[in-house]
Amino acid sequence: MLYFASAVIITYFFWLVLSGHYTLLLMVIGAVSSLLVVMLASRMAVVDREGHPIDLVGRAIWFWPWLVWQIVKSGIDVSRIILSPSLPISPTLINVRATQKSAVGLVTYANSITLTPGTVSVEVEGDEITVHAITYAGAQDLAEGDMDRTVSRFEGGRRAQ
Amino acid sequence: MEQIIDIVSWVFLIAGGLFCVIGTVGMMRMPDMFTRLHAASIVDTLGMGFLIVGMVLQAGFTLVAAKLIIIAALILLTSPVATHALAQAALHAGLRPKLDHDETGGHIAGEDASSNS
Amino acid sequence: MMFFAATIAVLVSLGLALVRALLGPTLFDRVLAGNTIGTLAVLTLALIGFVTGRPEFLDIAILYTLLNLIGTIAVLRYFKLSEPVVPAAPEE
Repeated sequence: MLYFASAVIITYFFWLVLSGHYTLLLMVIGAVSSLLVVMLASRMAVVDREGHPIDLVGRAIWFWPWLVWQIVKSGIDVSRIILSPSLPISPTLINVRATQKSAVGLVTYANSITLTPGTVSVEVEGDEITVHAITYAGAQDLAEGDMDRTVSRFEGGRRAQ
Repeated sequence: MEQIIDIVSWVFLIAGGLFCVIGTVGMMRMPDMFTRLHAASIVDTLGMGFLIVGMVLQAGFTLVAAKLIIIAALILLTSPVATHALAQAALHAGLRPKLDHDETGGHIAGEDASSNS
Repeated sequence: MMFFAATIAVLVSLGLALVRALLGPTLFDRVLAGNTIGTLAVLTLALIGFVTGRPEFLDIAILYTLLNLIGTIAVLRYFKLSEPVVPAAPEE
């Protein structure tokens, strides 16, 4: 029920941003249609914690800026590699261990790896992620597990620490 | 104040355009498909991010800025999904990356070592 | 003026991505270039909205962002279900 309400609110917010006309009729139509959409979605059984982890929003406030900082740092590294005439790449394939407990945490970790330029998660199975990194140093940094611990902290919060 | 915002958004827009060009130049220079993925992800993250921030600064606190932020959020959520799907599909189709260091010992997660073709 | 400069930069990189799509030795290079072209097209749409002072372009950009993911996944699924082709099929 909580996830149903939050899905309606987010859908309605999306409608309000896209519409830009704030008359009574249009706002009521928007509310009705977002309710209808979420009802259809709940028949598909996609309105649950996995699709919609609202309890993580509080911790996202520090996680997202941290992720953006990682992206900028490694993005500048990869840009320097591309612009240097000798193209100093050393492609590496490596298996890293993921310590997240839930599927949401695992997806967050795999997507964080992919989103950071220089590393791409190629395959996920159980708690093992195969990563393709553009430099050997980048793969070693990832294997040290700094990002893994941060995502675990983001996912687990109080109890997992 | 107006002038400062103008200068800052200039810097962001130029940086964004530069990162887009760098990313696609990387796509031309990289030797194989898996390394090109890394170059393409620069366009999706840094190029897109800097350009959107520059545009948001110009738009100010309006509906346009909200739409731009929605675009940025959607790209940041969808681009890793597309990249991961691409890498996985390429690996499963039998395309092997050119490697300098193979730390996996031939074992790729979710795949039997014997089924490597 | 500044949007114009950024638009030129994005269009240059769009051209480079298009060259990769045409050259790309394997199918996946082409799909990757297509995905990048999609992202760059979204940025071009947003920038053109600013250049011409018509923010309606942003709605198209949002739609295109979503279609870009669907398109990439659809192409990949199609080729996953059909026979794998590596390297890409020779030109007809």
